[in-house]
Amino acid sequence: MMNSFNENAFTQQVAECIRQASCELPEDIEQGLLDALACEKEQSTAYAVLETITQNIRLAKEKSRPLCQDTGLPAFYISHPLGVSTRRLKKCTEDALVWATEKGYLRPNAVDSVFAINSGTNLGIGIPDLHFTEWNKNEIQVKCLLKGGGSENVSTQYSLPCEKLSAGRDLKGIATCVIDAVHRAQGKGCAPGIIAVGIGGDRSIGLKTAKEQLFRKLDDRNNDPLLDKLEQSLYEKLNKLQIGPMGLGGKTTVLGVKIGKAHRLPASYFVSISYMCWACRRKEMHFPLDDV
Amino acid sequence: MNIKHLQLPLSQDDIKRLHAGDTVLLSGTIVTGRDMAHRWLVDEKPDEIRDVLHEGAIYHCGPIMLKEGDTWTCRAAGPTTSIREEPYLADIMQEYGLRCVIGKGGMGERTAEALIKHHAVYLFAVGGAAVIYADTVKSVENVYQLDAFGVPEAMWVLKVKDFPVIVSMDSHGNSLHRDVESKSKKHAVSSIKNIKLDS
Repeated sequence: MMNSFNENAFTQQVAECIRQASCELPEDIEQGLLDALACEKEQSTAYAVLETITQNIRLAKEKSRPLCQDTGLPAFYISHPLGVSTRRLKKCTEDALVWATEKGYLRPNAVDSVFAINSGTNLGIGIPDLHFTEWNKNEIQVKCLLKGGGSENVSTQYSLPCEKLSAGRDLKGIATCVIDAVHRAQGKGCAPGIIAVGIGGDRSIGLKTAKEQLFRKLDDRNNDPLLDKLEQSLYEKLNKLQIGPMGLGGKTTVLGVKIGKAHRLPASYFVSISYMCWACRRKEMHFPLDDV
Repeated sequence: MNIKHLQLPLSQDDIKRLHAGDTVLLSGTIVTGRDMAHRWLVDEKPDEIRDVLHEGAIYHCGPIMLKEGDTWTCRAAGPTTSIREEPYLADIMQEYGLRCVIGKGGMGERTAEALIKHHAVYLFAVGGAAVIYADTVKSVENVYQLDAFGVPEAMWVLKVKDFPVIVSMDSHGNSLHRDVESKSKKHAVSSIKNIKLDS
C-alpha cells in the first residue's frame, strides 16, 4: 500500500526545521549556558566567554542567522508510517538542504574526500546522514541534528581493556575513558560540551548509539539506574577538571553526560564518545498525514 | 576589564606590549585561512597575498558568505580549531611575517616558539560566536582561491572593526592553553584515581 503525502508542504517544513536548527539553540541548552554564566565571577575569562556565547545565541535568533558558521554534517532521523516512500522522503530532505544552503542558513559542507571539491549544495556521498524508522503513528517525524567538525574531531573511541589507562571492562573503566577523552579535548570541541557515550556495539554501532543520546534534553534522566548513576557521577567529575568554557579555565566544562548501551560481541568492548559542542543544534518537527 | 584597541598592521613593539590574558578589540584587515589555505601557503608560497599577510593577521575561519549582486556579505564567521595548522604555521609566520594568528583551542609548542622568534601573538576568538564576529566585518575586500577551495576554505580578505579577542599565547612564551592543560591533567589523574562505582 502506497501512502502518499504532500511533498511540497513536507519539503517546506523540513527547510524551516533546518533554519531553526541552525539559528535557534534549544531552550534547555541555552538555559544550561545561562546557569554556567551565573556560576562564574564577573571579571573572569570564563564569564567573558560565556557572556559572548549567550549574547551570540540571542543575536542569531533575532537576526535569523546561523549561530555558528560550522553548520556541521546534517543528520536526520525520520520516523514514518507503513507505506511512505523513504526514497521520496530522502528527495524532499535533500531539496530542503539545497534551499537552506542557498539561503545561507547552512554552510556548504560536503567535500569530495579524494579530490577536495566542495559540492556547494551540502549533498554528497553519505551526506545527508539519513536514518529511517517505521512506526505506527499516522505522521512523519523528523529530528534534525547539526554537529560541527570541531566537536566531531575530538569525538573518539576506546577498546577495553586499555592497558595505558588501566581501564578494564567495567563502569570504572568506562568512566576512565570518558575523563581521558574530555581532558584530551580541552577546549577544542567548544566546551562546555555535551558528552554522549555509547557502551558496546561494534565500532559503528557504538558511535551511532552515542550520537543518538544527543537528542535527550539536558534534564533527561537515564531509565537504567546504573547508567543514571554513571551519568550523574561523570557530570560532577568532569566539571572538576576546570577546563572551562572554550578551554580557558572555569567551573563549567560539560553541560551534560548522556549514556546509552548496545549489545556487543564477547571479544569486543568499545566505549564510544560523541563530543557535542555547546552549540548542540537539534530540532524536531511533526508532519501529520490525516488530511492527505 | 582593561580593553586594548589595536589597529592592523602591527609592529614588533605593539606585539611586545601584549600579554596572555589581555582583552583586545582588533581593527583593520584580516585574512581567513584554514586547512587548504595553509597547505597552499607552505607548498606554493604565493606572492599575490604577501602584502595583506605582512604584519597582518590570519584568521582560522571558514565563514558562511552570501553573494547578493556583485557583493559578498558575511553571514557567520566564528573561529575554527587552530591545532590542525600546527604543522604549517611556524613556516608561514617566517615566510610571510605574520603578527597575529586568530583562532580557537590554542596551538602547540612549535607555534609557541615561533611566536617568540617572529614577534607574534595567538588571539583567541570564542568558538561558535559566529554572528558576533560576522557583525564586526565592515566589508569583504577580496578573496583568494575561491574556485579552487570553495567558500569555507577560500582566503577571504575582511575589513573588521572592534573584533573581540583574548591574547591566549603571547610573544613572551606564555600560553593560557598550556596552563589549563597541565592543571586539568592533575585533576583528571586524581579524579580517575577516586572513581568509586560498583559494577
